[in-house]
Amino acid sequence: MSFISRGFQRRQAPAVPSDRVPPGQHVTRDFPVLSAGPTPRIGLDEWRLEVIGEVDQPRSWSWQEFTALPAEEVTVDVHCVTKWSKLDSPWTGVPLDALLDGLETSAGFVVAHSYGGYTTNLPLDDLTGGKAWVAYRYDGEPLEPEHGGPARLLVPHLYFWKSAKWLRALELRADDAPGFWEGYGYHNYGDPWREQRYSGD
Amino acid sequence: MARTAILRRLTWAIAEVVDRVDETPRVRSLGLDVPDWPGHLPGQHIDVRLTAEDGYRAQRSYSIATPADGSRVTITVERLDDGEVSPYLTDVLEIADRIELRGPIGGYFVWEPSRGGPLQLVAGGSGIAPLMAMLRARLQARSDVPVRMLLSWRSGEDVIYADELNAIARDATGVEITHTFTRLAPDGWTGRTGRLDRDALAELAWAPSERPLVYVCGPTGLVEAVASALVELGHDPARVLTERFGPTGG
Repeated sequence: MSFISRGFQRRQAPAVPSDRVPPGQHVTRDFPVLSAGPTPRIGLDEWRLEVIGEVDQPRSWSWQEFTALPAEEVTVDVHCVTKWSKLDSPWTGVPLDALLDGLETSAGFVVAHSYGGYTTNLPLDDLTGGKAWVAYRYDGEPLEPEHGGPARLLVPHLYFWKSAKWLRALELRADDAPGFWEGYGYHNYGDPWREQRYSGD
Repeated sequence: MARTAILRRLTWAIAEVVDRVDETPRVRSLGLDVPDWPGHLPGQHIDVRLTAEDGYRAQRSYSIATPADGSRVTITVERLDDGEVSPYLTDVLEIADRIELRGPIGGYFVWEPSRGGPLQLVAGGSGIAPLMAMLRARLQARSDVPVRMLLSWRSGEDVIYADELNAIARDATGVEITHTFTRLAPDGWTGRTGRLDRDALAELAWAPSERPLVYVCGPTGLVEAVASALVELGHDPARVLTERFGPTGG
């Protein structure tokens, strides 16, 4: 027996096929901002991206080195755990496959670290195989600080809190360790199609 | 932090509407009786799920506006005219109707008296809801943590919890409440107008040297501007906590 909300009905016919919108989500044309604190401002001359942890050789890029890497333009749907989905969002970024190419590691997990102290955890397999990027342009323009600039993780197949803004380092780990929201009861994996919003979903 | 309490599985409960309060022409508070509610911390929110007869479902998040109070949870909802969920909650839902929800959710944007202060609360419009839970908790606990609350409203008719805020400002010791109006101040208003910009924050908020705990909630534009200005003024970014909602709250 399922619950019906008396007098509730869909307000408008959906403008997009429902197979593009995960359960419990609705489509927005805005680009909402969600952050737990003030937006960090990182100068490009001090910016670095690092791969650290369980690796044979840590890696590190300056802004100049990073943006000289071959980038891809991708158009993806993103899904925020706060219920909005944004379809066909155009990003430019360096695929994680390129950043991790040839790396020797026994790690199975990654903690993404942000400028400002934010963290989030993911299985390493979810960052490779053409599924993830470090994005630094949105719609052809430099990524705004409030949306994660200079550069953010982009992992569109998971809820958007996994796409860490203001990315500073990827820490490869043998064991899984909950990140910021994961430690506050949000789901450890966060698959929007299985509606894994909170721990136990 | 009470992380163990937060990491329980969140199951859907069927709550009953037991109270409705018209706060402004666009904002209504709903008192909900939630069986087996585990309690919550001021600043946490719930997810609400609506199901139509054809099976269509919509979910939204709403901050809880009151401290823990047995099985009672109160949310304050602003009607967004092109929204799908908020007009249902403000206009359709009546006393004794039932609604699905789960929570409490979130454990970062929370304050309880044991966290100390001084406490700086900054809200734009209906962003006051989670901060009201904090202020009410402070008063209920008879805590002496000093509080400053800055509230930005578009116009006089938008002020939520107006009578209660006036009573607190008049009677409570150690609580200072400042309103500002960005578009249309009430008739005869001699207080502040205009946005909470850097100068206003320098004048009205606790100084960075006081090491306040700062909670900012409201529309993205206000939260971005206020949080950035506070950091520029010298506040520790780790003590500035933000919660934002866009026009997509629906």
